[in-house]
Amino acid sequence: MTSATYHAPASVAEAVGLLSANPAAKVIAGGTDLIVQTRSGRVKPSAYVDIKRIAGVSGIRAFEGGFAIGAATPCTALLEDAALCAAWPGVIEAANLIGSVQVRNRATMGGNLCNASPAADSVPALIAAGATCVVAGPGGERVVPVSAIPASPGRTSLAPGEFVVEIRLPAQPANASDAYLRAIPRTEMDIAVAGAGVALVMEGGVCKSARVSLGAVAPTVLLVEAAGAALVGTTLDDAALDAMGEAVRAACKPIDDKRGTASYRTHTAAVLARRAALIARDRAGAKA
Amino acid sequence: MNDMSGKPQYRVVGTRPVRPDGIDKVTGKAVFSADHFVAGMIYGAILRSPHAHARIRSIDVSKAAALPGVQAVVTGADFPTLQSLEVELGEGGGNIVDFSRNCMARDKVYYDGHAVAAVAATTLAIATEALELITVDYEVLPHVTDLAAAMAPDAPILHDKIRTKGLDTPSDKPTNITMRYVKQHGDAAAGLARAKVVARGSFSSAPVHQGYLEPQACTVSYNADGQVLIWASSQGAFMIRTVTAQILNIPIADIRVTPLEIGGGFGGKTVIYLEPVAVLLSKKSGRPVRLAMSRSDVFRATGPAPGTVCDVAIGADENGILTGAEVIFSGSAGAFPGSGTHPAAICSLACYKIPDYYIEGQDVVTNMACTAAYRSPGAPPIIFAVESVIDELANTLGIDPIDFRLRNAVQEGDPSPTGTPFGPIGLKEILEAAKVHQHWSEPLGPNQGRGIAAGYWPNFGGQSTAAVSLTDDGTVIVTTGSPDIGGSRASMAMMAAEVIGLPYENVRAIVADTSSIGYSMLTGGSRTTFATGKAVVEAAEKVVDEMRSRAAQIWGVDGSEVEWIDGEASCTAPGKEARLTIKQIAGKTGMSVKGPISAESTVNPPDPGPGIAVQIVDVEVDPDTGTVTVLRVTALQDVGRAIHPSYVEGQMQGGVVQGIGWALNEGYVFNAKGQLDNAGFLDYRIPVASDLPMISTVMIEVPWPSHPFGVKGVGEAPICPPMGAVANAVSAATGVRMRHLPMSPDRILSDIAAAQ
Ligand SMILES: Cc1cc2nc3c(=O)[nH]c(=O)nc-3n(C[C@H](O)[C@H](O)[C@H](O)COP(=O)(O)OP(=O)(O)OC[C@H]3O[C@@H](n4cnc5c(N)ncnc54)[C@H](O)[C@@H]3O)c2cc1C
Repeated sequence: MTSATYHAPASVAEAVGLLSANPAAKVIAGGTDLIVQTRSGRVKPSAYVDIKRIAGVSGIRAFEGGFAIGAATPCTALLEDAALCAAWPGVIEAANLIGSVQVRNRATMGGNLCNASPAADSVPALIAAGATCVVAGPGGERVVPVSAIPASPGRTSLAPGEFVVEIRLPAQPANASDAYLRAIPRTEMDIAVAGAGVALVMEGGVCKSARVSLGAVAPTVLLVEAAGAALVGTTLDDAALDAMGEAVRAACKPIDDKRGTASYRTHTAAVLARRAALIARDRAGAKA
Repeated sequence: MNDMSGKPQYRVVGTRPVRPDGIDKVTGKAVFSADHFVAGMIYGAILRSPHAHARIRSIDVSKAAALPGVQAVVTGADFPTLQSLEVELGEGGGNIVDFSRNCMARDKVYYDGHAVAAVAATTLAIATEALELITVDYEVLPHVTDLAAAMAPDAPILHDKIRTKGLDTPSDKPTNITMRYVKQHGDAAAGLARAKVVARGSFSSAPVHQGYLEPQACTVSYNADGQVLIWASSQGAFMIRTVTAQILNIPIADIRVTPLEIGGGFGGKTVIYLEPVAVLLSKKSGRPVRLAMSRSDVFRATGPAPGTVCDVAIGADENGILTGAEVIFSGSAGAFPGSGTHPAAICSLACYKIPDYYIEGQDVVTNMACTAAYRSPGAPPIIFAVESVIDELANTLGIDPIDFRLRNAVQEGDPSPTGTPFGPIGLKEILEAAKVHQHWSEPLGPNQGRGIAAGYWPNFGGQSTAAVSLTDDGTVIVTTGSPDIGGSRASMAMMAAEVIGLPYENVRAIVADTSSIGYSMLTGGSRTTFATGKAVVEAAEKVVDEMRSRAAQIWGVDGSEVEWIDGEASCTAPGKEARLTIKQIAGKTGMSVKGPISAESTVNPPDPGPGIAVQIVDVEVDPDTGTVTVLRVTALQDVGRAIHPSYVEGQMQGGVVQGIGWALNEGYVFNAKGQLDNAGFLDYRIPVASDLPMISTVMIEVPWPSHPFGVKGVGEAPICPPMGAVANAVSAATGVRMRHLPMSPDRILSDIAAAQ
């Protein structure tokens, strides 16, 4: 009979030790993906390493003008940090689209990222925001862009024994903001058919920098540099938005599946990116 | 008891007391199927086919049987061979041979999820592990899950013996089309030819699931003397008893089924899957066995409602009077025959007076789980097609869609689908109420649309037994055999309280096991408040009669000199005026030699009142993403008499909710191997609370004469209009006629693109 061991290490080093010792061990944060996958038989971990008891792996702190968010922080807890919500509303709204309130009381952005689903909601917003994460492992800690973590559907670039300790959002200049939108057939409890995160820095009504990231339109979440470039130097006029939409559609490499057709995903990604860009612009403007 | 308006005044009927099962359900105390525990119980698990269509060459269970902890293994070989027998269960029926094969495959599996073997072990984990040790040698056969493909001449054939019944010229060719049913009146072609305008279209709908929250489960104890105890939730404990007895050749009286609380059925629990398997596991192991489905088992192996294709043509003259109609449809039955072809045909045009029509329906087997009843089985997707065409006709003629329906609506005296004249029906009253409802004239914004549709379901009567007994302190017990799936215990207690003249709180209603009360058909066909309610009223009246005669004896007067007024016996003999309360009579009864007061009544009313509903739906369609937001719904229905108005409204709102899911996002998705690709609530998208607006209800009471309070069944009609109403609203918002369900966002965008 199959059975699994449960560990609740108190330190990062202890967690790394447990993970290194057993390649079939799995990190568990909220468990909202992992438990479901275990019950369906998709994964069969022989041990769970619960990171929620590790000091510093839960909670939010100021870091270099931005924020460091512990990987085990549940999504609803993000809403309680007013400064974080003001600086990165797109990231916070993305994390709080996941599932339902009950799911979000457990679900984490770290789990969302490391589950490596191309449709993960918080990931396009994090990538658009230029977020990085701290990875701890047998060789110590390293800092990598969030976009470097997902490798393919369900697989990450993390080496054996490694796990994500925290996610860092950079300092947000004045006149800057972000937004995330997704398309789902229902209003909640659903998986994105397409998602778009946009982060903008505006200056005098002109876009100074822009990052556009797409979910559910390729094997991993995409950062579409050409889409961001189409906005830079513009006021986000129709021509610029059309050009961005063009770049978005060109970058999409979706599949047809039970959740949506490839052509629908491509079309909708561009619609969402356009709408998200306008929301981000208005948010940035409202701050000024 | 009549007021000036002629409407009877009731003390209890029409009020909204708390249901007797309410507290237990809110606190989590209620015992549903999978909660039931029996001492010594072990756990069963079922191995299911991964193939949509395959021949079973052999099954090797030896390794599973040898696993420590395994107590019994069952396969199709353990089931008796049966003679073909058609059984009617109250909401559809079927052949007992097919029921048996659906519980456990024999030589062939017909769908992904078809049961092939079962194990019982001391723990569920061992039972599940044992399943992996069973080897099934399959010869995989070509499969067909798509309805249209199943009708093609070169389609893979599911059952070699099936020949299409009801053909003008019988054919001896094996086919998946199990039967063809035609219902016609006059000359449809001539009727259409007379029309000034003919609207027509080809429609389709995907198979959908009832989506009840409680997966099927049962606990069974087979005793050494052959007696069997079954605890299960279902829509009919007597149905479980009959079908289990027939599948296993057990005398009916040897099986006792105790109904547990049911977590939704909607027609899906009018058939059984687990009980005969659990009986065999219990018999082999000598232990009580619990067998429970997972959510994915429920989606893969229990009855969805059929997918459909439907061609409709309807004609009207320049005044908007219908002249003729043609409705030609097919439904996918799944693995075994029976997709509700008759009721779909009967209901399709029932709301309208049409002199000349032709309706033809076909039943088609496909490689998916055998379909089961789902509220108004068969009818809703066909009504969707008809109501869409009616909408188009009204638009083309420039007539308001309510006025258009009013001009053609059936009323009392018009022929019903069975040919007999309709009794008092409220379609016109509902339409008039819809017309003056503030919703109908509310302005709409950009990208918004409003739709309306009507729907009809004949309802069922059927056999029921009820017992009413008086206790020593004057409180009353009402016992029925009708499982309570929508608040019927409250309604039964209310009707008895009304007749006897007691407060609702003094009457308790329970649902008894099959050995404790006489037979009742299952809770289905919207029959329970009508038929079982009638039995309750009759039994309560007998109790009142007995109390009157006891009072007469006490007073030494003739029975005719005692009246029953407001729950008291009143002596009318001159000079002997006196009163006795129920409590006094009960006390005197209990203490004297006269014996207990208790009465049973059995009924089989052939004449239920039909259910008729109309709904108005507003939607907004995002033209760039195809997403539909349902803004507002008003549900109107002729309910006959609302015994407990909240539970009637609950039925109406529930029908709307399920209909919105059916219209917008629900639908079975099969992969290339014919496996169900969305066997869970994540990808089988029933509406969530945030998808829905508050649903307003308007109950129109046109009482039905053959029920003591005028009840008409209300559970099914409300799922007939919503798909048409939503589709008409989406079509109005987009300017493009939507003919295919579900109207998912990508479907809507591609339909809009195709129209441009
Ligand atoms: C009902 C329901 C609805 C959902 N809706 C959505 C939705 O709308 N949008 C969406 O994007 N997702 C949704 N999800 C999926 C899930 O909730 C999210 O992906 C969530 O963010 C996962 O976080 P978690 O903390 O629960 O992860 P867990 O389940 O704990 O872990 C997920 C995976 O990541 C690994 N992992 C977790 N943390 C770390 C870490 N720090 N370092 C390394 N590896 C780690 C685990 O080993 C596991 O493989 C839904 C899930 C459910 C059950």
